[in-house]
Amino acid sequence: MTDAGYVIAAYGVIVGGLALYTLSLWRRLRAVQRADDEGR
Amino acid sequence: MKTRILGFVALAAVAVMLVVALFVVPADLNQGDAQRIMYPHVASAWLGYLSFGVTALAGILWLWKRDLRFDAVAVAGAEIGVMFTAFAIWGGMMWGRPIWGVFWQWEDPRLTTTALLLALYVGYLLFRRLTDDPERRATRAAIVGIVAAVDIPIVHFSVEWWRGLHQTATIGSPDRVLNPAAPMVFVGTLLGTLAAFMLAWLYFMIRRYQLARAELGREEQVRRERIEAARAPHPAASPTEVAR
Repeated sequence: MTDAGYVIAAYGVIVGGLALYTLSLWRRLRAVQRADDEGR
Repeated sequence: MKTRILGFVALAAVAVMLVVALFVVPADLNQGDAQRIMYPHVASAWLGYLSFGVTALAGILWLWKRDLRFDAVAVAGAEIGVMFTAFAIWGGMMWGRPIWGVFWQWEDPRLTTTALLLALYVGYLLFRRLTDDPERRATRAAIVGIVAAVDIPIVHFSVEWWRGLHQTATIGSPDRVLNPAAPMVFVGTLLGTLAAFMLAWLYFMIRRYQLARAELGREEQVRRERIEAARAPHPAASPTEVAR
């Protein structure tokens, strides 16, 4: 693999990870809020 | 609303720094393009330390003040620290292969102690699932979080204490901050990436704290409902069962 390949692999996982974590946090927060609303 | 604005500012800052790190800053003379991996790698490693430090500090504050808000901060720090430490390890591996010739070397103290740090805080997150009682969970987790934090200075100083593949600290003393060995364009990009990641870290911490507080409220509500259900007379009970 070329240097560019390693750079793409490194940045891809890090940026993708940040995006996935943002999405996961948002979904978990919404799920708890929804459960709260249903409980009331 | 303020947190949402912070999220958009962090997103913009990370996007700008990605463009700068990948396309604006020149490639290193010796390491070529692989050196570009250093910007998110070092920033992630520092944010990993910061997150676990916050977890340990919040654990101490929980043990002292007995306020569950500190436990919510602690779990936020641990989860986000695990993510950033995993990024640091991954980035280091992707840089290590073209520069060192290997992805990983277990004999290297920095690499091994960082892997241990990651394992300790993954363990911390798993350990929290062992009990449903919020106070007992916070106390046990605080102890684990504080003990695990002993590894943070070991990771940081491992490059000074033992010989290995990993280079010494990027910024180890005030003198190296003011007179860095690398050109200012590289140092500026590194600090810019750190600032952008720091904004993202702050956004994640706030959101994860809010989630922990909401989950705690939900747990409390479920517990109250169960107690009320247990106290209420059972409608399906037969007259024989009632007589018993």
